[in-house]
Amino acid sequence: MSLWEYANPKKFMGWTGPILPWAFGAAGVCLVTGLIWGFFFTPDDYRQGSTVKIIYLHVPAALMAINAWIMMLVASLIWLIRRHHVSALAAKAAAPVGITMTLIALMTGAIWGQPMWGTYWAWDPRLTSFLILFLFYLGYMALWAAIDDPDTAADLTSVLCMVGSVFALLSRYAVNFWNQGLHQGASLSLDKEENVADVFFFPLLVAIAGFVLLFFALVLLRTRTEIRSRRVRALQLREGRR
Amino acid sequence: MIALLLRDLRLATRAGGGFGLGLVFFLIVVVLVPFGVGPETEILSKIAAGILWVAALLAALLSLDRIFALDFEDGALTLIATAPIPLEAVGLAKAIAHWLTTGLALTVAAPVLGVLLQLPSGAYGFVALTLLLGTPALSMIGTFGAALTVGIRRGGLLLSLLVLPLYIPTLIFGAEAVRRGAQGLDATTPLLMLGGITAGAFAMLPFATAAVLRINLR
Repeated sequence: MSLWEYANPKKFMGWTGPILPWAFGAAGVCLVTGLIWGFFFTPDDYRQGSTVKIIYLHVPAALMAINAWIMMLVASLIWLIRRHHVSALAAKAAAPVGITMTLIALMTGAIWGQPMWGTYWAWDPRLTSFLILFLFYLGYMALWAAIDDPDTAADLTSVLCMVGSVFALLSRYAVNFWNQGLHQGASLSLDKEENVADVFFFPLLVAIAGFVLLFFALVLLRTRTEIRSRRVRALQLREGRR
Repeated sequence: MIALLLRDLRLATRAGGGFGLGLVFFLIVVVLVPFGVGPETEILSKIAAGILWVAALLAALLSLDRIFALDFEDGALTLIATAPIPLEAVGLAKAIAHWLTTGLALTVAAPVLGVLLQLPSGAYGFVALTLLLGTPALSMIGTFGAALTVGIRRGGLLLSLLVLPLYIPTLIFGAEAVRRGAQGLDATTPLLMLGGITAGAFAMLPFATAAVLRINLR
């Protein structure tokens, strides 16, 4: 019994079916707790006032926007190496969720930036790299949409995802070099002494857990949809041939 | 490989090959910019280097879909793929041919068009140098994009959507090197990065190009 058995579409449908409601439930509980705790039961920041509370949406969304791309990269690699169809479909399923997370991060950042920096948008390295990430997501999804044959589409988008990752990383460092930033440094790191103050930190952790679970649940749901639509397609092809 | 290169060059330069169209496009974009932003000398000379780079990038983009599409349509690409030459070398030859017909011409033309944009006198050399260093990367990345979209009907628009984000690092370092050079600052780092991107693109992207070509010819 190896891990790869779960990549069999039938098995995948089997084990994800029962998990799905629990994943959505857990995501809902974490999000509701984290956001309500964060919005109503934490003090205002002494400089930023109540605008600091957008952190509970902004940081988890930004985190998941990047992690979604990394997940797509891993899934693409698994598809190219081991040719598990579920893997390719999971990569396809993650892209729209990832792009939504990117948009949420950009939007909440803009809303926070207006009162704090006095502008909705600045060509700051972090903001710019997120905009570039958004463009990469767009290209990836457009390529999926443009190709009829599902296997060819999976292959081509996987290669694009790999090449795109290299260039996305390169762009990240290029924009760092290109302009000085307004955006503060990382506020959550495992290896740093000083992070966000604990009052903000714990609800933020819960909100992050909520976003991770939500991403997991949405990707599972979308992958199941993709598998089903693939089956419908196969049935239609068989009917058409008869 | 050399035969393929020469064939592509010949096809590009003869009638209907589209050689020179990219150059004319470059010229037109550069002429249009002052109409858009106004004829003030200070503004133009400030943005000249960036405009030249963006226009060169767009001009290179314009001729990308010809790299593989025509060969794919008349079946020549299948023949080339079965020829005793690795597909990686085919991708490389195509990229070099594209660079010789567009990138090199753009590099030569850019300082001349800089006159129209009131390019600061210190920047001419840097514009030529960065374009010489950077346009090969544009051709190589573009060849990969062209290989990726070769099987798609009306893939031209998609091609630009896929390729333009990949052009961002090249553009940033190229334009930054010119900006620093024009102000008399040390431009070594962006120049080295630009050269590094070109070298890296030529080292890795032929393999990616060959991989997607194999998928598309399956």
